[in-house]
Amino acid sequence: MSASPYNDYSGSGDTEYGQETLSGSTGFFTADYKRHDDLKNMLDSNKDSLKLEAMKRIIGMVAKGRDASDLFPAVVKNVVSKNIEVKKLVYVYLVRYAEDQQDLALLSISTFQRALKDPNQLIRASALRVLSSIRVPVIVPIMMLAIKDGVSDMSPYVRKAAAHAIPKLYVLDPEQKEELMGVIEKLLSDRTTLVMGSAVMAFEDVCPERTDLIHKTYRKLCNLLTDVEEWGQVIIINMLTRYARSQFADPTQGALEDPNRPFYDSDDADKDEEDHTKEKAKQMDPDHRLLLQNTRPLLQSRNASVVMAVAQLYYHCAPQSEFPPVVKALIRLLRSRREVQSIVLNVVAAMSTKRKGLFEHYMKSFYVRSTDPTHIKLLKLEILTNLATESNISLILRELGTYIGEGDPEFVAASIHSIARCASEIKEVADTCLNGLVLLLSNPDEAVVAESVVVIRKLLQLQPSHHKDIITQMAKMVDTITVPNARASILWLLGEYSERVPGVAPDVLRKMAKVFIEQEDIVKLQILNLAVKLYVTNPEQTSLLTQYILNLGKYDQSYDIRDRTRFFRAFIFPVGDAQKSQLVKYAKKIFLTNKPPPIIESRFKDREEFQIGTLSNYINAKAMGYWELPAFPEVPPDPSVRNVEIPSSPSWPAPARTARKPHTKGKTSKVSFYSESEEEGEEEENEGEESSEEEENEESSSEEESEEGSSEEESEEAETPVKPKPPAATPKKADEPPKKKPAPVSESESEETESNEESSSSEEEALPKSTPKKKPESPPKSNLDLLMDLDFGTDTSFSSPMLMPHATLPSTPSKEMLSAAPTKAWKVVPAVFVPTTYKTLLSRTAGGGCEITYRFTRTPNLYSPRMISVELVYTNMGDEGINESISVKNVGNEDFKAPSVVSGLQAQRSASGTMGIDPGESTQPLKLEIAIGGLVHPAQLVVPIGERVRPLAMDAATFTAERSKLKGMNENRAKVKVAPGRSLSKDLLSLVNAAPIGEDHRFACQTVSSECLILVGLEPSGEDCTVVVNCEKMVLASMLLKEIREGLAA
Amino acid sequence: MIHSVFIINKTGDVFMEKHWKSVVPRSVCDYFFDAQRKSTTPDDIPPVIATPHHYLISIYRCSLFFVAVSLTEVPPLFVIEFFHRVVDTFEDYFGECNETIIKENYVVVYELLDEMLDNGFPLATESNILKELIKPPNILRTLKNTITGDSNMSSTLPMGQLSNIPWRRQGVKYTNNEAYFDVIEEVDAILDKSGGIVNAEIQGRIECCVKLSGMPDLTLSFVNPRLVDDVSFHPCVRYRRWESEKVLSFIPPDGNFILMTYHVGGMNAFPIPVYVRHHIGLRGEPGGARLDITIGPKQTMGRLLEDVKLEMPMPKAVLNCMLTPSQGRYSFDPVKKVLFWDVGRIEAGSVPNIRGTVSLQSGAPAPKSNPSINLQFTLTQLAASGLRVNRLDMYGERYKPFKGVKYITKAGYFQVRT
Repeated sequence: MSASPYNDYSGSGDTEYGQETLSGSTGFFTADYKRHDDLKNMLDSNKDSLKLEAMKRIIGMVAKGRDASDLFPAVVKNVVSKNIEVKKLVYVYLVRYAEDQQDLALLSISTFQRALKDPNQLIRASALRVLSSIRVPVIVPIMMLAIKDGVSDMSPYVRKAAAHAIPKLYVLDPEQKEELMGVIEKLLSDRTTLVMGSAVMAFEDVCPERTDLIHKTYRKLCNLLTDVEEWGQVIIINMLTRYARSQFADPTQGALEDPNRPFYDSDDADKDEEDHTKEKAKQMDPDHRLLLQNTRPLLQSRNASVVMAVAQLYYHCAPQSEFPPVVKALIRLLRSRREVQSIVLNVVAAMSTKRKGLFEHYMKSFYVRSTDPTHIKLLKLEILTNLATESNISLILRELGTYIGEGDPEFVAASIHSIARCASEIKEVADTCLNGLVLLLSNPDEAVVAESVVVIRKLLQLQPSHHKDIITQMAKMVDTITVPNARASILWLLGEYSERVPGVAPDVLRKMAKVFIEQEDIVKLQILNLAVKLYVTNPEQTSLLTQYILNLGKYDQSYDIRDRTRFFRAFIFPVGDAQKSQLVKYAKKIFLTNKPPPIIESRFKDREEFQIGTLSNYINAKAMGYWELPAFPEVPPDPSVRNVEIPSSPSWPAPARTARKPHTKGKTSKVSFYSESEEEGEEEENEGEESSEEEENEESSSEEESEEGSSEEESEEAETPVKPKPPAATPKKADEPPKKKPAPVSESESEETESNEESSSSEEEALPKSTPKKKPESPPKSNLDLLMDLDFGTDTSFSSPMLMPHATLPSTPSKEMLSAAPTKAWKVVPAVFVPTTYKTLLSRTAGGGCEITYRFTRTPNLYSPRMISVELVYTNMGDEGINESISVKNVGNEDFKAPSVVSGLQAQRSASGTMGIDPGESTQPLKLEIAIGGLVHPAQLVVPIGERVRPLAMDAATFTAERSKLKGMNENRAKVKVAPGRSLSKDLLSLVNAAPIGEDHRFACQTVSSECLILVGLEPSGEDCTVVVNCEKMVLASMLLKEIREGLAA
Repeated sequence: MIHSVFIINKTGDVFMEKHWKSVVPRSVCDYFFDAQRKSTTPDDIPPVIATPHHYLISIYRCSLFFVAVSLTEVPPLFVIEFFHRVVDTFEDYFGECNETIIKENYVVVYELLDEMLDNGFPLATESNILKELIKPPNILRTLKNTITGDSNMSSTLPMGQLSNIPWRRQGVKYTNNEAYFDVIEEVDAILDKSGGIVNAEIQGRIECCVKLSGMPDLTLSFVNPRLVDDVSFHPCVRYRRWESEKVLSFIPPDGNFILMTYHVGGMNAFPIPVYVRHHIGLRGEPGGARLDITIGPKQTMGRLLEDVKLEMPMPKAVLNCMLTPSQGRYSFDPVKKVLFWDVGRIEAGSVPNIRGTVSLQSGAPAPKSNPSINLQFTLTQLAASGLRVNRLDMYGERYKPFKGVKYITKAGYFQVRT
């Protein structure tokens, strides 16, 4: 294409579209065509900048809602563009228009399929996103395949995208539900917090009825909830609310409390409430407790919707005594944005109808300001009225009194109604209210007066016995007041209680008869009513008037009034004699019967039927897709379904679980509504997302320890591949053979394994089989082995993530997967080699005669499995003994305190201690504080990457398979010159705490902190040796490579 | 979840739309316009509107309406909170958010919306992550882009975004390492006619500007943390530490953010730093109602009241005000009927006063009540609640950061009933 499409176009465009112009289309359309045409030209050019400009303009059209669909062919071509920006915009365009042009859209599919295999996770994720968003039914199978691939992707980001794609596919083709449920089940077992929210979202969209899928993930969801991103938290909590309602017993059961009792009542009330809580807590399922406990911190979230989600959970699923903290949080939300305020007030209004005691304390927060928008004012008013009790009514009435002076008529009317509601609900103040309202009758504002009249009418009806004077006063107002509703109310009152004011009523009727024609319909009806009622009670004074009015009504314009007139006439002036006796006899009974007083109540009374905080709750109607909250079951289903242990290996998981349970129980029995066991809290917080991971780390590490004793042979077995070599290599100076050999061998082997892999992909059992083959050699069947065996079993998808700590890798091989999924065919083994050289931490001169040296012992730490053990040797080089204690502690990361302390040191003596450190992901040197007596010496400890790992045992095939997955950017290699005559393996092992795999200089390990797999390979060739480090974390890999390079070269 | 989003300006022009699922015709906005017509102010539009087939959830911010269309049940707060996050992000990216800026940067806006929402479900809302995916525009880059034809997409895709700390990007580097904390408290109060306190609360927040290299782990402690009634935190704060020790321990996001907001309720008494004496007789004789307002400092602990502004929405019958202020300037908007008095700084010892007459429309009914007074003021170097930061410690990095704490007290919703 030419570089100047504009010029090119001007010639050709006219001829092409000339006909169009001639055929009468307007100039506007021509211009439109022209513009699109030059956009097409720009898109066809080979300059990225032009393409980008064109795409930007097209996106502008899309954004403005203009039709840009005719550019589809030109745009779709650019999906292959190398420029990320162009590509991105093309994606946006595709998502918008692919639905309309399905055939053309198919052209882009292959690009996405290719992108799905890209080494960059973001490209894979975005390809999956777009592929699943283009809503072309033909590609459903492709989407399904992509989702299944994505679900077992290494990158959690891609897995998240896959989770998002599931509902999209489901909408496109609901028949895929069964298959998708399998995928969802797998996603739910994912342990990455990034993925969890989206997985639950997919679950909610596709199969919310499948509670059984949640059982196994329930505890994990609860434990990791605080670390999920905010939006996921909302979805998860809402889902768990439903789950809790279907699985646990009603926590309020058995404790009959007065729901309206104020919370801060008195001390003894508090106490016995606490007692109640204790009782209830005992009854409560520990899992139920777990949910409530883990959601409580989220009340402190900055995200209002998270707070609301927790609030509704507590409202629907927690004993009432635990609700006060929720109220506090809701009150806090009142200060945020107007929209949030509106929703929260709505919810509070609904809650306060049933539980006024909870909010009473915060009544003042609902006081209205004149600057609030009207609908907020009305909501606040509603709440204030709901909260009224005998004790606070005077405050509320005073407040309501000030509102009547406001300028906003709607609000004033509502305030007057509120006063009436208070009066009708709290009998003690009924008279005060009524008097106040009567005072309002002389208010200069007619609207206020009118509203008061209406309200007084209602109140009088509640207690009609007295108040003759009020009725008389109101009768006098009938002339002055013009608001129809108020007038109608007065007339109705007079009719109803005409006996009490016998002199007044007929006179009013007379006046009304004169102005009948000018009145509104509602007033006319009441005049008719009044006339009839008076006629019934007092016919001699009013019969003529009544007749006159009925005549007027007969010819009224409104059929309603004509109708009513006809009806009344039949009663009091019957035509035929036969009916006369019947109807007239009963007329009095019919017209002057006792009317039930109106019930003045909150319009939020029945909002409870909807789950709090939902859209349905707000609009008070069932929204589409609303799932009704189930009632608590009478008898809760079996709680054991949530246990995640494996039934066939009762030896260790069961005790672990039970060991945990009493813990929770012990805690719950202590729990009152405010307290929360702190130690527990500490633990969970520190561990954060790893909390449960840590748990199993502990298990695995303890297991390791137990193994150490019994399975010496096993570790030997692990070493056997190494042992024969070093003796062969070192003493004989026979570096050459290994140097020459390994290269071809590894090549051929990698080929072999590649083919192996291929075959395994078809058989998909090959990998698992190869591992057990090795296993039988290890004599004692340790627990881990048991687990590994189980892992290869069929249905342990839920268990494997719990047991296999490697978080980022998918767990079970799915039958449908194209490539063999990584089965955790490795395990942590004790260190193969422990270096014996010490390094100086604190020199003699700096430490005032005390020298401290250290080395890494490569053993699991007692304090935490995430820690690395450091052995410290304290030597007193001075001549005087040190009497004070010497301590070394880690100040950088306070959460993990595992200091080493030596109390006193004689001259020329040394002592040793062990310290635990957790460098985390930080690559900075650790800050230590060495305190010798009162003196504090800062020190720094560099923890090489090689010491932050644990050795892994795996077979060669697994190694190769894993390595093939960590190619590309995840692979780092470097050449090192090595001095001849050195044992490479031994050197490496002294640098890196890894385990050798096979015999050709291959090593595996994983990081302590994140359990990220690291594979190291040495490829000696002559003088040089190539070091290859494969690791998902590139920074780690490059740093480790650097360390190895320097170490080997030295 | 969110099906489509429409951005509408004040005049009712839908100037941007984005759909995440099938296209929803923009005629659905008519229901919104109906609601808009019914309400007197934009603030009065209900946030949720149910139409026969759709649910419209909207927010009003920066003179713009953001309307989300949903077909199914969705927690309304979820959508509202998300929208506010979107606008926050726009403000973060473009400095401010208004129609012109959105129109100017529509490509970035569109890309942002695309990243933030997938299939109607929020995807990436942390500004640190977004900024790695889509670079915010700045003058230099705009200049470069116009010359080279590039755009704001980062050409190298970030890898660090999947760190354990989603709110902080990796490899942050500054030559000057600094951390500033602003403790800002807003006093919400209602005073009655005689100056008595009807209700008083404090809404506080700690705004941070943290520019530290690497992965610093900060600990902020207070002298008197028990003052605080209720708190909410940025996700970076370790809640358990607060629960047990009442210290804020966190790895901060890079740049500006709100670390925590807190609430000091009516239970903890705190001094109201200002008093207002007023004599307003609007119900007096027609033609010349009197008005006399005095403002003065009270219990300000030696700090000066600054930026004092007074606003009174007058009843409809008021035609004009003839007043003489002893300090500052006043104005009266005869259309909106708002009296505005900019007092400025109140020096020690001075007691600003404004007095004069208010002319009422003859013949119109006398206003039934006096207008309430809304007050604004600022007090620097003082937190009304008395909350004080004790110390800030940094772990995990070796350099020494520059630290600063500032206290400001402002009037929030401060109303005097008359």
